[in-house]
Amino acid sequence: MSAVMSAGQVLADGVIDFNVQSLVDNFWALTIDGLTYGSIYALVAVGYTLVYGVLRLINFAHSEIFMLGMFGQYAMLMLLGFTPRGDAYTQGTIMTVTYLLLAMIGGMIVSGGAAVGLERVAYRPLRKRGAPSLVFLITAIGASFVIQEFVHFVLPKLTNNELGGSIAQQPIRLVVPSVQFSVFGAEVTNVEIVIVIAALLLAFATERFVTLTKFGRGIRAVAQDPVTATLMGVSRERVIMLTFLIGGLLAGAAAMLYTLRVPSGVIYSGGFILGIKAFSAAVLGGIGNLRGALLGGLLLGVMELYGQALFGTEWRDVVAFVVLILVLMIRPTGILGESLGRARA
Amino acid sequence: MSTETTRPTLQLSFSDKLRLWWDALARPTQWLIGVPFIVFIALLPVIRPPVLTTVGTDFGGVLAQFGMYALLAIGLNVVVGQTGLLDLGYVGFYAIGAYTVGLLTSPDSPWNLTDDWLSRDWAWLFALPIAIAITAISGLILGTPTLRLRGDYLAIVTLGFGEIVRLLADNLTNLTRGGQGLTKIAYPVAGVSESRPNGVFSAGNSTAPFNSGTWWFWVSIVFIIIVLLIVGNLERSRVGRAWVAIREDEDAAEIMGVPTFKFKLWAFIIGASIGGLSGALYAGQVQFVVPTTFNVINSMLFLCAVVLGGQGNKLGVILGAFVIVYLPNFFLGRTELLGIPIDGNEIANYKYLFFGVALVVLMIFRPQGLIPARQKLLAYGRAIYVATRKAALALNRKPAPAPAAATDTEGGAR
Amino acid sequence: MRSSTPKMAGTALVLVAGLMLAGCSSKDDSGDTPTASGSESAAASGDLSIQPVVQIDTKGEEVPAADTSNAADPAGDGSAKCDPVTIAMAGALTGPNAALGINILNGAKLAVDAHNAANAGCQVTVKEFDTEGDPQKATQVAPSIVGDKSVIGLLGPAFSGETAAVGQVFSDAGLLSLTASATNPDLVKNGWTNFYRGLANDAVQGPSVAAYLVNTLKFAKVCVVQDDSDYGVGLAAQITSGLGDAADSSCAAKVKAGDKDFSATVQIIKTAAPDAVFYAGYYAEGAPFASQLKEAGVTAAFVSADGTNDPQFVKQAGSAAKDAYLSCPCGPAPEKFAADYKAKFNIDSGVYSVEAYDLATIMLKGIDSGVKDRAGLVDFVKSYDGDGLARHYKWDATGELASALIWIYQVK
Repeated sequence: MSAVMSAGQVLADGVIDFNVQSLVDNFWALTIDGLTYGSIYALVAVGYTLVYGVLRLINFAHSEIFMLGMFGQYAMLMLLGFTPRGDAYTQGTIMTVTYLLLAMIGGMIVSGGAAVGLERVAYRPLRKRGAPSLVFLITAIGASFVIQEFVHFVLPKLTNNELGGSIAQQPIRLVVPSVQFSVFGAEVTNVEIVIVIAALLLAFATERFVTLTKFGRGIRAVAQDPVTATLMGVSRERVIMLTFLIGGLLAGAAAMLYTLRVPSGVIYSGGFILGIKAFSAAVLGGIGNLRGALLGGLLLGVMELYGQALFGTEWRDVVAFVVLILVLMIRPTGILGESLGRARA
Repeated sequence: MSTETTRPTLQLSFSDKLRLWWDALARPTQWLIGVPFIVFIALLPVIRPPVLTTVGTDFGGVLAQFGMYALLAIGLNVVVGQTGLLDLGYVGFYAIGAYTVGLLTSPDSPWNLTDDWLSRDWAWLFALPIAIAITAISGLILGTPTLRLRGDYLAIVTLGFGEIVRLLADNLTNLTRGGQGLTKIAYPVAGVSESRPNGVFSAGNSTAPFNSGTWWFWVSIVFIIIVLLIVGNLERSRVGRAWVAIREDEDAAEIMGVPTFKFKLWAFIIGASIGGLSGALYAGQVQFVVPTTFNVINSMLFLCAVVLGGQGNKLGVILGAFVIVYLPNFFLGRTELLGIPIDGNEIANYKYLFFGVALVVLMIFRPQGLIPARQKLLAYGRAIYVATRKAALALNRKPAPAPAAATDTEGGAR
Repeated sequence: MRSSTPKMAGTALVLVAGLMLAGCSSKDDSGDTPTASGSESAAASGDLSIQPVVQIDTKGEEVPAADTSNAADPAGDGSAKCDPVTIAMAGALTGPNAALGINILNGAKLAVDAHNAANAGCQVTVKEFDTEGDPQKATQVAPSIVGDKSVIGLLGPAFSGETAAVGQVFSDAGLLSLTASATNPDLVKNGWTNFYRGLANDAVQGPSVAAYLVNTLKFAKVCVVQDDSDYGVGLAAQITSGLGDAADSSCAAKVKAGDKDFSATVQIIKTAAPDAVFYAGYYAEGAPFASQLKEAGVTAAFVSADGTNDPQFVKQAGSAAKDAYLSCPCGPAPEKFAADYKAKFNIDSGVYSVEAYDLATIMLKGIDSGVKDRAGLVDFVKSYDGDGLARHYKWDATGELASALIWIYQVK
């Protein structure tokens, strides 16, 4: 055995090295990167939270909806004439913005459509029958198998090996990260700014939508009391579909933002871990609570990176899972508490 | 009981008819049929029936894997099927079992005991109970804080646990050698002969049909029977009734005086130790463990076996495990099937897709699985059952005799 | 639904404003760093490819490339007579690691087809066995191979992990196990009498590359980054010990197979400002890692080994791959081989294709020379001494090549 390896590694007696210095040195850089990831988690978390709020169901397949969104935006870029290559394209401001928006729309269409389709095909028949929640969860697991393996094996056949398959898509990059300014010595890149701002805007818009519009009221009403809501003339089925649609659209947008940050991440298995983390974020903030999803996402993103700096890069996912377990242990309803209806009414 | 008159033309599925027939047999007759059947299953890798025998992979080896998956399915069934706790991190216990044996007996591990005082020949057997104990303890450690959570939260927490176990195995490189894995794990040395210098359980014993796969399959069968007897007895006892009560309605069970937390914990620990047993068998058979074997996707596969076979039904989940292990291997390496040319490797590739579709379709159309469970809650359920069936048969001479009995058993569950 | 549409449109409008920022900055960027600007770099990355630089020994010193004009030709003289026999190939043919297995399978097929076409009187079949690279699967596959009496030689297993799990099976059966890719040095220490490795192991690659980096390229500070695979962990240990003081433990880092974002590792390396970064792992992670290093402004040389030595690395990393050093125990594919391979399989030959071709050729030579059984083939390989396309093949008693050398390539 090599006794020569580095800090951030585990000693024979099982004690984990702490690298506090690294955390202190890079505190602001980690915070900024954490917020970037966190805002992506937050967008995906909204999908979990909305569905949970309305149906009391963990849509386990939401991570695959996100993954489809990555492929959606990738496919859109290919349709726009971009071919994958190692280097970034530089198109000038206006065109880059247009292309990014189109890519985002591509991702949103695919994710939104898939989310609604999933609801129709997999969940609705179960709901009609009044199946117990365990059955929903197992269906969701089955559905995420199907979606993953579809992209893994079937999609390459349909697209002449352009999309899908067992290796990651070759990246199409429109924006090169470049440093814009510094905060306390930490460099902030254009990509980070765009992701955080776009995610916050989308989250804000969703929140307004749920709070102010008629449909939003419908969602809250069903979340609070499905029976009464139905009696008051709210179509429950319609609300459910809308919920899945919003969740899917946001996951699609998040997928585009994620690919902006991690251009080589477009792969069939790319949704799984991110999905669990987004779910953890939703739970952390209080599942069923929109503001909680945002808060939870940002917190988890930051904590994960602090943990990574503290223990070493290979412990990042462990940190996220431990956070999830601890939160559930100590405060199962999350920081802001559960309930879509009440918290925001 | 009253339903029998309202549904006189109830159609029975094949599995129901089989069950009725089986349940009606006297105990000795059941043994008389059951024992030769088990012997027949055990002899499968020796007989190697045409078409059924796998082509690209060794039939004995496939069946050995089936044996381990069957144990996993039985263990997971206690948690998911009997008690209704969705455990998505079951692979973690499998990993802990395998790694315990690996750490104790592999020369690569700093905790290897075989160098000091333990004979390598006996090391596996020595490590087996330790592995089971350690996994039971890990089940306790995971269960104590998490079992207070509601069902779907529990699912996610266990999922996280499964990932954490794998990541620990991957990251604690000084202990587990990370991705390099632990090699030369001990296996029981028995049946040493001229042609088999390392005994029948060594991976080196590869001459079919009596190769190591076959022998490990036999070991698995022995363990499966032991575990089935234990779990079956538990099921028929107060514990089993508490489990079912928790599954059907936890709040009601609590109100009725069932200490739900205690019994959930018991289910978790028993499930975990069966997983650990299977992991120990894995370590002995493959004699090599790496973290990638214990991906969370395998947890889903185990769950698939349980759901496919029929949650709560011990024999059903064994069938489920068989489907999960056998089906992909059946196609692997096959270039033709009954004269029709096929690309078996290609088909085997689609296994997860198929299992995913199967899960969704089953949940929609037949959530109880291929062989659904029927509860016999009473301690004397069998005796009552036989008596009522006789009565029903006498009553319903003219219409089909079966429905009365069928509704009877169903009635017992709710 | 209807009322949601304007809302979404509104959101999109606000987003435009946000994204404008991105656009602006990407424009700024093209001004600041000319290397990343559009068309030129596209042209540049289009021309990049992995070129052989030098063959080295464990001291990092140059060894002239073997003369391949005498390389064994699988076609032979066309007069070979034999009963129909089978060569087995075992490795990952499906699953995430399938690319490597397929490289090997195709290389072997190329040799066998050339042989069969030339020798009507001696037809050899290649039978493929898929292990998925999974040790348990390998334990199921191995007895099938051993049990198939027509198989007299095995090309594989492909990975070190599965070889460790099933090597004993082939050894007990006396079946030649000729691997074109399993490079874990410990494999030959098991006392197997049938195991021969057609290329240098990691214990050769590590010190050789380390010595080359220190002595020839004069790198004084190297950060070693490893993934969590068997291969990555083993190679990193060898490289680190080979580099000695030049390996800076403060910037050594670990990543995981499947990672795509390396910002934390990049940050560590940026702070450490080394002369070179050695990446022990596969191209799937190596390529994004190289691009992210470049984007972060790290100018250290990128060095990696056979796991990254793949055309895909250059495709995915683009101009960030430029000047990267990639070592490999595998020899460069001669032009004719590469062309034949491309013509036959319609893909470029990859890592280990040449080795597979050479090793299959050696087995075919044995069969042509009248070997009929497993023991005969093991003996034939044991005393084999001849050139192949990649190198000279002659084994020592343990099953390692008598002279195991490493090639250094560079992306140019």
